Amino acid sequence: MLLIPCPYCGERAESEFSYGGEAHIARPADPEKTSDADWADYLYTRTNTKGVYFERWMHAHGCRRWFNIARHTVSYDILAVYETGAPPPKFDTKSEV
Amino acid sequence: MVERYLRQSPLAHLGLDGRAQAVRGESGVAMSEQPFRGIVNLRVQPDDSEAMAALESALGFALPVEPNTTAASATALAFWLGPDEWWIVTPGPEPESGPNMAVTLRTALTDRRGAVTDVSDSRTCIRISGPRARDLLCKGMPLDLHPRVFPSGCCAQSHLAKTGVVLHLIAEDGPTFELYVLRSFAEYLWLWLEDAAREYGLTITSS
Repeated sequence: MLLIPCPYCGERAESEFSYGGEAHIARPADPEKTSDADWADYLYTRTNTKGVYFERWMHAHGCRRWFNIARHTVSYDILAVYETGAPPPKFDTKSEV
Repeated sequence: MVERYLRQSPLAHLGLDGRAQAVRGESGVAMSEQPFRGIVNLRVQPDDSEAMAALESALGFALPVEPNTTAASATALAFWLGPDEWWIVTPGPEPESGPNMAVTLRTALTDRRGAVTDVSDSRTCIRISGPRARDLLCKGMPLDLHPRVFPSGCCAQSHLAKTGVVLHLIAEDGPTFELYVLRSFAEYLWLWLEDAAREYGLTITSS
């Protein structure tokens, strides 16, 4: 089980959290004018990175706040935790720790 | 307005008062229900110093801003639940204690940004004490309850036996925990606790 450092409550077990998928995916500003291909891309296409992955988590059994995590998908190391809306920290996303 | 004679705690049907005993020496865990507390959910931005000051003078103490901590007076207990969310708990059992607290807080906030919601009847409180209380909770909880990490006065929202709870360590001596559980999960959680506490020697005490 992951030990996730909630930015508000501190370190808690993974079972207290809900997973929210990849972070930093912006909804198209004008859905009416977005092509079907772009809309499908927004809905379904994810980077599925082998390396540092930016993802959303929600502390469902705790403070119920959303936040972002940078996690390495090979080692499962949590490399950064930052608030929703903040820019992602810089990593070499191809690196294999 | 709640009619007193219609008011029932979520565990009333278990007849716990009829099973209540004095704690004997070999008992590892004592449990009781502490029903009818007033609970008011308070949302306010902690950087709104005017609102925080108004709430402090209404309550008689400052809201805890340190994560997972509580603050208390003789008539109210404040839980930190999130960066802009608190619970204000009143001892009850008068049905008016929750709504009255909500009015007090709403009056203090006046037209400042925030929200006050009376959620008294959503939960009941279970008190767990005794030398094995910590072992009992650790059976179903992912929290680190070691006194070094979770000292007296701490609170945390987590899950116990898959049920969402708010846990509060009210005294290191004993130790004595209180947990707040949703009304509809109260029976399930009580029966789970009774079963889990059997090996430690359980005494049910009166509320």
